[in-house]
Amino acid sequence: MNNQTTLDILGLSLGVFGILIGLTLVGEFLRARQPSGKANPVVEAFVMRVHTWWGLVILTSLAVLSGRTGVLLLFAFASFAALREFLTFARKHRADHLSLALGCFVILPLQYLFVAFDWTALFTVFIPVYAFLLLPIVSALRGDPSNFLTRVAEMQWGLMICVFCISHVPALITYDMPDGSDRSILLIVFFAMVVQFGDLFEYYAGRRFGRRRIAPSLSPKTIEGMIVGVLCAMAIGAGLAWATPFGLVGATLMAGLASVTGMFGSLVFAAIKRDKGVKDWSHLIPGQGGFLDQLDSVIFAAPVFYHMTHLIWG
Amino acid sequence: MVALFTLPRRIAARTVGHALAFVARFITAVRADWRGIEPVAVQRVYYANHVSNADMPMIWTVLPPHMRRQTRPVAAADYWLKNKLRAFVGPEVFNCVLIDRRPDARTEDPMEKIIEAIDEGASLIIFPEGNRNMTEDPLLPFRAGLYNIAKARPDVDLVPTWVANLNEIMPKGEVIPLPLICTVTFGAPVHVRDGEDKDSFLRRAADALVDLAPERPGARASGGDGA
Repeated sequence: MNNQTTLDILGLSLGVFGILIGLTLVGEFLRARQPSGKANPVVEAFVMRVHTWWGLVILTSLAVLSGRTGVLLLFAFASFAALREFLTFARKHRADHLSLALGCFVILPLQYLFVAFDWTALFTVFIPVYAFLLLPIVSALRGDPSNFLTRVAEMQWGLMICVFCISHVPALITYDMPDGSDRSILLIVFFAMVVQFGDLFEYYAGRRFGRRRIAPSLSPKTIEGMIVGVLCAMAIGAGLAWATPFGLVGATLMAGLASVTGMFGSLVFAAIKRDKGVKDWSHLIPGQGGFLDQLDSVIFAAPVFYHMTHLIWG
Repeated sequence: MVALFTLPRRIAARTVGHALAFVARFITAVRADWRGIEPVAVQRVYYANHVSNADMPMIWTVLPPHMRRQTRPVAAADYWLKNKLRAFVGPEVFNCVLIDRRPDARTEDPMEKIIEAIDEGASLIIFPEGNRNMTEDPLLPFRAGLYNIAKARPDVDLVPTWVANLNEIMPKGEVIPLPLICTVTFGAPVHVRDGEDKDSFLRRAADALVDLAPERPGARASGGDGA
């Protein structure tokens, strides 16, 4: 990687570390204000989340600094972990065993190989076309018709969400910058930061002064929270415009678009969780639930962000 | 001197044990839910539901290392002595108490071996159904073994242990395990009561175990047909 690119990644990581140090201090300050021997559950939950963010930020920074391979491995693992959670709650029969195993151990690695080799023509159609047609055939060959459409539909949805959509984040590396530099990796940092910070502001603003719920039977998300979240994401996007080829206005709008898509994505996931009767997808990320709980907004925003980048600045 | 000769073998057994636990965690992200007991090294008999050959390694994986070292699964000798690899993994990696399932051909009484292991201070993992459960019911009727252990050593805690999802991760006859989340739930210990007969004790123990099974629409024990 170019020296300037590495320095910029380091600079952004240190910037986020600075924010986390601030949040850690806030958490410890709130803790210290509690009477001794008593723990406030809201404060403790906040501190636990901050600790988890430290882990996620350090891991992502290291992956991005190590370049293409690191990013691909990180997101391939995230896909695997997300698919594992999704399939745990999906409708499936014995007859789907082989097709599900193919999805996890063949289709997932192949999708990331196609991204790694920049075979755009294959990686954009592999799961929506080939896996979509192949896996139901494999299930049908085992000859169990009960709930067949539900089973193959949930399987395909899992692959689209957990593998196809998530793989669009590392695919941003393969975007050819207009100036021919290797700075496309910074697009991942830009994307991750606007979506995650947008979510964060949406969550805390919604708690503070949110009133009107968007879908009361699904999720506590409010209109006020979402507006604040998207505006903050746009402000962050504008501040990071230098890292993108979008220009100031373009970066602001792209940040807003990614953030809005992401928030509606997590609404969709709230509907699925409500239907399946689960609160969190797993317990693997302390304070946040599972990988899918952490990534729901990223999953929806990634393909839109990827294709808009190619469409407008391609 | 003997200890020195067996050292490489013991190191190999420890390494294989860690590798198996790593694979189990990678595939299933297996997690312990200590609902009725604390993860401390008290002598216990963990009795669990049995749907797959991977049940025992899952329970073994979620036990913290200090508990794992003192815990011995009770397993069938005909399975674990079938070939050299199994004869290494069963007795040496998992430190199984091997029992002979053939009533007419065996030379040792299984119950004697089990009680002997308890008297040596070991915790045990047992599957009181005796066989893998291939039915739609959550449990097969328990064999008498659990009651006999409870009678012979009434002070030892019998801990119901529910392994969730394994019939979907690795159903009988499949070779490739599916990556799905597995949870091992430990319930509150049961003991045989004064004057309690065999059948009512076994029913009570089985109920305590089934109570730990998660109720989830779309992922029922029988293969995900429930809603």
